[in-house]
Amino acid sequence: MALQLRRKTHESIVYIDKDSAPRIIPFGEDFILEYLPVGTRVIYPNPTIKGLPNREAAIRYAVNHPLDADPLYAQLRPGMKVTIAMDDISLPLPPMATPDLRQTMLEVVLDICAANGVDDIHLVIANSLHRKMTEWEMRRMVGKKIFDEFYPDRYYNHDAEDEKNLVTIGYTKHGEPLRINRRCAESDLLIYLNINLVPMDGGHKSVAVGLCDYESLRAHHEPQTILNSNSYMDPQRSELNHKITRLGKLVDENLNVFHIETALNNRMFPEGYDILTRNEDEFSLSDRLKWEAIKRTFSKLPRIARRKLLHQIPAQYELIACYAGATEPVHQKILEKNFQQYEIPVKGQCDILITGIPDISPYNVYSALNPLLVQVMALGYHFNMYRNKPLLKKGGVLIITHPCFDEFDHRFHPSYIEFFHRLLPESRDAFYLREKYEREFAENPAYIEMYRRGNAYHGAHPFFMWYWGENGRQHVGRVIVAGAENAHVPEILGWERADNLTEAIAMARSYMGRNAEITMLHQPMIGICNVTD
Amino acid sequence: MAKSREKKAAAFYDLEGTLIRTNLVHTLAFYALRQQGLWQTFKKSAETLVKLPAFGLVDLYSRNVFNEFFFQSYKGQSYDRLRYFADELFEKVLKPAVYPGARDLIQKSKKIGLRQVVLTGALDFTIEKLMKYLEIDDYKANQLEFVNGYATGRVLPPVMASATKAKWIREYAEREGISLSESFAYSDSISDLPMLSIVGHPVAVNPDFRLRQVALQHDWAILDLT
Repeated sequence: MALQLRRKTHESIVYIDKDSAPRIIPFGEDFILEYLPVGTRVIYPNPTIKGLPNREAAIRYAVNHPLDADPLYAQLRPGMKVTIAMDDISLPLPPMATPDLRQTMLEVVLDICAANGVDDIHLVIANSLHRKMTEWEMRRMVGKKIFDEFYPDRYYNHDAEDEKNLVTIGYTKHGEPLRINRRCAESDLLIYLNINLVPMDGGHKSVAVGLCDYESLRAHHEPQTILNSNSYMDPQRSELNHKITRLGKLVDENLNVFHIETALNNRMFPEGYDILTRNEDEFSLSDRLKWEAIKRTFSKLPRIARRKLLHQIPAQYELIACYAGATEPVHQKILEKNFQQYEIPVKGQCDILITGIPDISPYNVYSALNPLLVQVMALGYHFNMYRNKPLLKKGGVLIITHPCFDEFDHRFHPSYIEFFHRLLPESRDAFYLREKYEREFAENPAYIEMYRRGNAYHGAHPFFMWYWGENGRQHVGRVIVAGAENAHVPEILGWERADNLTEAIAMARSYMGRNAEITMLHQPMIGICNVTD
Repeated sequence: MAKSREKKAAAFYDLEGTLIRTNLVHTLAFYALRQQGLWQTFKKSAETLVKLPAFGLVDLYSRNVFNEFFFQSYKGQSYDRLRYFADELFEKVLKPAVYPGARDLIQKSKKIGLRQVVLTGALDFTIEKLMKYLEIDDYKANQLEFVNGYATGRVLPPVMASATKAKWIREYAEREGISLSESFAYSDSISDLPMLSIVGHPVAVNPDFRLRQVALQHDWAILDLT
């Protein structure tokens, strides 16, 4: 197919010509500029859907006109016990500019509660086995007024290890247990405030996963479930989603849940940094100057300073849809909107897939993207951003760009360190690791207390990160890290290293042939490739 | 659900600063305020107060030297009197000083079948009740030497500090068939580096600056129980 014709397949897909500009590719906390081989297909995020002009009004309309449920005001009565649960800091990514969408949802909901005489209200962060949010993060998320009114007695993180505040609500017919936060389970009404960034989020996952304990989670956060999910970003073909839906039905039988879900557009960066998600061929002079400014600034800064700088750039996401009511119909509507924003039709798989790894993941907000998280972003999230079939052919080569530094955050990721340096050198087999070590880590008293009293991810969390990459690991033939600053991190992960992208592409071509089809995901992006033949 | 281990394992804890916020000086001060007669009480309290800076300096220099110097303060005190006030010491000083997370940590450790062992520089009779309260299986504390019912100011060997704790743990593990590589050790102080170094799971608890640096360098877990 002539290059000129191939250019027109979709507005988010660009083919590299002889005269194409070099591409900006994330490289951890930095960005590199690289020329790609002619014929490379570059996939960009879809054009941004315009945000709703008045998000407060949209939320208020949704709770007053819910799907398959009575309006919120009609469900409230004086003296009742209400709990409002909400997504944690892993959503959205990067953290959005204040006021956070959860603050707006809370302001609307609390206003309606107050108007209906409800004052027994707790706010619970559905962090599941994620790290607990810090006081500063909690304040930022809900705003000073709500924080001052509720924190710390009535605004807190869920604690999946607090035995006395967990209650078993039942088992699915497949024997999967569900033990969740007692306050949420025993409330007359549980209101869930969700931000749906990717199709894997939201729906029954919010309550059944966000508020559960380790035993409940391990029933579906395991390698076989991930392997059977093709992909976990496509709910209809996700075994993970099917299992969580079973648990969700159990929730619906036992709890009165009023779900408020929201969909965001893909405006990840503020003006100035927005060039990072755009087609470089279309850069104006001003865009080039912006890029030069970014590049020069970053080149002068050490890694930690670059990281700090990146973490201070809030996302500019806008609300594009809000629905409320019963979990399933609400989630269905939000998913439609998600796919409208994210889905990119792609014809044909590729032999070599290039994806830059930016310093953005659900698990490293305000900390370092450690090697295990690089793995989960590459083989987990980036690989799984597809419907129908993977973007990369079975046995193909995945090239990532990241320095792969051996750096872990001791406060947030203590169990990751032991997992990476003690377990992975012994085995990379997810099933073996689960069988032999998962429970040991989960029951490690020090890790439990670090999770409960500090801000550490649960002891079992690094295992889930490893399972999350299982699909990719079984599918991809080789992973090459371009620019890895050391040899041992890629080696422990079972990857190869190359000094730079050019060398990595040459290595990949030596495996896949000179005519190998190359595709690059233009990170940072949120996009689901709907891959057809 | 307790994990089935091939060999038994244990959790070894330092006490002061790790599980409780008080230290040896609090106990000494408690006894200083309960001397026979007002004059003795005043004298002992003043003496303790004056020695405080010296305690701090000597402890910085060496925990072993500190122990020799510190326990001299008990010289001349009767065993009966020290024992008599031990219950009050527990209720008024030690029990309220237990860190909020300490009991949870011990309970989680017991749940997975770890034997609970405390090694402390405190005096044995002062912590008996505390050990029961914390549900500790075994403990090794310092023992004052008494002659004719009065303390000589010396501590019977082995004095529990620094490398002695590590040596005691090794012997204990061998005697009890405990796997050190599967065991945990918890301490707040750099002086317990030997004890932390010989187990498979060292944990710095509320660590001082120097221990925190070591823990960061060696990728040890750092836990805050306060």
